[in-house]
Amino acid sequence: MIAELGHFALILALVLAGVQAVVPLVGAARNRYALMAVGRPAAQAQLFFLLFAYACLTWAFITSDFSVRLAASNSHTDTPLIYKITGVWGNHEGSLLLWATSLSLWTVAVTIFSRDLPEAFMARVLGVLGAISAGFVSFTLFTSNPFTRLLPAVAEGRDLNPLLQDPGMIIHPPLLYMGYVGFSVAFAFAIAALLSGRLDAAWARWSRPWTTVAWVFLTAGIAVGSGWAYYELGWGGWWFWDPVENASFMPWLLGTALIHSLAVTEKRGAFRNWTVLLAIGAFSMSLLGTFLVRSGVLTSVLAVATDPARGLYILVLLVLVIGISLTLFAWRAPKLTGGGSFGLVSRESTLLGNNVLFAVVTGAVLLGTMYPLFLDALNLGKISVGPPYFEAVFVPLMVPVIVLMVIGPFVRWKGDDGARLLRRLAPAALVSLVLGAGLALAVGHVTWRTVLGLTLAAWVLIGSLQLLLARIAERPGAAAAARLRGIPAAWWGMWTAHLGVGVFIIGVTMVGSLESGLDVKMKEGQSAQLAGYTFTFRGVEDVERANYVAARATLEVRAGERRVATLTPEKRLYLAQQMPMTEASLDIGPFRDVYVSLGEQVEDGSWIVSLYHKPFISWIWLGCTLMGLGGIFAAADRRYRRLAERRAAAGVVQTA
Amino acid sequence: MPADFYLKRLLRAATLALACLGTVAHAAGEAVPVSDDPELEARVLALSHNLRCLVCQNESVAESRAPLAVDMRNQVREQLAAGRSEQEVVDFLVARFGDFVVFTPPFKATTALLWIGPGVLLVAGVAGLALRLRRRLNETPAPLDDAERARARALLAAGSSPEESRK
Repeated sequence: MIAELGHFALILALVLAGVQAVVPLVGAARNRYALMAVGRPAAQAQLFFLLFAYACLTWAFITSDFSVRLAASNSHTDTPLIYKITGVWGNHEGSLLLWATSLSLWTVAVTIFSRDLPEAFMARVLGVLGAISAGFVSFTLFTSNPFTRLLPAVAEGRDLNPLLQDPGMIIHPPLLYMGYVGFSVAFAFAIAALLSGRLDAAWARWSRPWTTVAWVFLTAGIAVGSGWAYYELGWGGWWFWDPVENASFMPWLLGTALIHSLAVTEKRGAFRNWTVLLAIGAFSMSLLGTFLVRSGVLTSVLAVATDPARGLYILVLLVLVIGISLTLFAWRAPKLTGGGSFGLVSRESTLLGNNVLFAVVTGAVLLGTMYPLFLDALNLGKISVGPPYFEAVFVPLMVPVIVLMVIGPFVRWKGDDGARLLRRLAPAALVSLVLGAGLALAVGHVTWRTVLGLTLAAWVLIGSLQLLLARIAERPGAAAAARLRGIPAAWWGMWTAHLGVGVFIIGVTMVGSLESGLDVKMKEGQSAQLAGYTFTFRGVEDVERANYVAARATLEVRAGERRVATLTPEKRLYLAQQMPMTEASLDIGPFRDVYVSLGEQVEDGSWIVSLYHKPFISWIWLGCTLMGLGGIFAAADRRYRRLAERRAAAGVVQTA
Repeated sequence: MPADFYLKRLLRAATLALACLGTVAHAAGEAVPVSDDPELEARVLALSHNLRCLVCQNESVAESRAPLAVDMRNQVREQLAAGRSEQEVVDFLVARFGDFVVFTPPFKATTALLWIGPGVLLVAGVAGLALRLRRRLNETPAPLDDAERARARALLAAGSSPEESRK
């Protein structure tokens, strides 16, 4: 009964999405206020029904209603409650429902926080979002209904994939989806602007906070996902260039370009065509991400669907979205030229350069991800494109991005003097090079990669310091505290996010150069040495939990005489699927992680234990956190919260 | 020759005793590395990171615990230990399993686009950027028409908006 109610609510949500897609757009085209006003209530009612449907599905999981097929194949009476709840999205159908629900959340958020938008513009935004929602809800209903019954019901469910029974997986998918789906708002703003012909600074200003928030979610989602892979997959890798990871990374790359391009459009009125293209691109990449993960074209740890009808449906959706938006773009393109002029050496040029590089990197990642699929589809042979390829392509393309990132904030808008910049920047660059080489020498790992990484990181950090000092010096006379307070949040956001990139590079470089590992056979009382730490094996005990049994080893970690940590890696067997899992144990520190995972027991009764020492690995996630914080600061800037229309007046000039 | 015989026995006994001592020392203190040749193991690991575990989902032979991956690691180890070079081992595996087994695709007709693609994209991007910037430099902004001029004058008269003063 509950499942049928959920199913019915989903159908109502589809009807409402259709209304939201059509009526406000017609209203905006005919300038009929009454029709435009339909958008808001339709969006809000749709959210209500989607939440209701989602709650019904969750109910089936919590109460172990195994007459619902989805619950039967992804839950179990013994699954801990939290994983019954997260199990709802640990599968294709449920995750689509989550997608649609987050889209609806974003839509309603737009109706609340952007209520000062001109009515016609809001109507168009809601219309576009309604159309996307109709696409996704109908996809869910027609190809992947989560409420399908399984009759007769089975007595016991098959449990959630043990890989997903982890705290990281509780928050990773919702964050990632909020990010993916968030770019649909940026997309809707761009399409609404194309439809109305109003592509001006005001449009960029309305769109910016939404895009930034979506980017923050995506950043956080990717970071959590990589952290999950780090401790869950049992050997301490943190990025695999796996197609599913690439699927989330491509919208991130284009999204990063988009938030910078929006900044230029808002401040200088330039790059409008670029900004629109990037908004279309970022959203298309989000759709492609969904397509890659969810249609079963690719197999990966997270991809669970295998139904060609679904793939075809998403493909059609993708072609429609890209086709319609590019056609619109071509139609309006003549209106998009112009904007403030700028010289060759200017802030605009550095940002445009970085935009182009981001687009090239995205293209390269896309090429590497899709190439094996196309070759296979064309029967030209099966190949694998893995980390060596992506690293060979990614690193050289990202180096100029980082260089431009450091230089950019020092360059003046419109035009600057090259010689002045050189005098301003060269000393810090030289100091960084010396520092980078010196540090590489000091840690005893002089390869071009280590030197390059440390040099870039040093330059980012020194550059950030210089930038802050310069900013404070801008207002002589005032007290330092007053000067700091006078800096707008958006500037702090930029500064923090760029600093985060520096911290991130330190983490990546150090762990890449200096990590070490050792596989040993251990018996009780035996110890092994790694990177100055002594690991002593204190034996193995059996652990029984509701849905798994485990062998849990205890290892004592000492540095000389000092006791550092007691680690308890486990080897688990999940009962419902008879699936073995390794559960690593970590001692996380600011400058290194000590990481232990338990392998098999061998003939003589000893256990195979993998020991790892990972210097500076936390800095990778610290860097991501700083980037995310930067985004939050930027989105929280005061000026977005003032009356929107007042600002619009300033932008009208450029529309005409 | 009895003397020789006894000497041999004595030697063997001594070796055995030493070996036992060694084991006892291990049991009490040091754990035994899984491999007795760490240098070889490092080479095996480095190479296996570039090999796909054929029965897994996007996992390398180095990461996977599947039986096939263990077999492949052993095979790599044996061949490297027998004095073959990394390239020879890769060639051997590719001959047996096809290009699918290596994460670095070979450069050939069907993969040419994959390898030169990023370079082409970069050149196209930079060329497009350069063209665009040059055209921009030569562009003179369209002169204001009378209506715009009047509007600008009105705006100026009303005073500039304070919020645009910074950044």
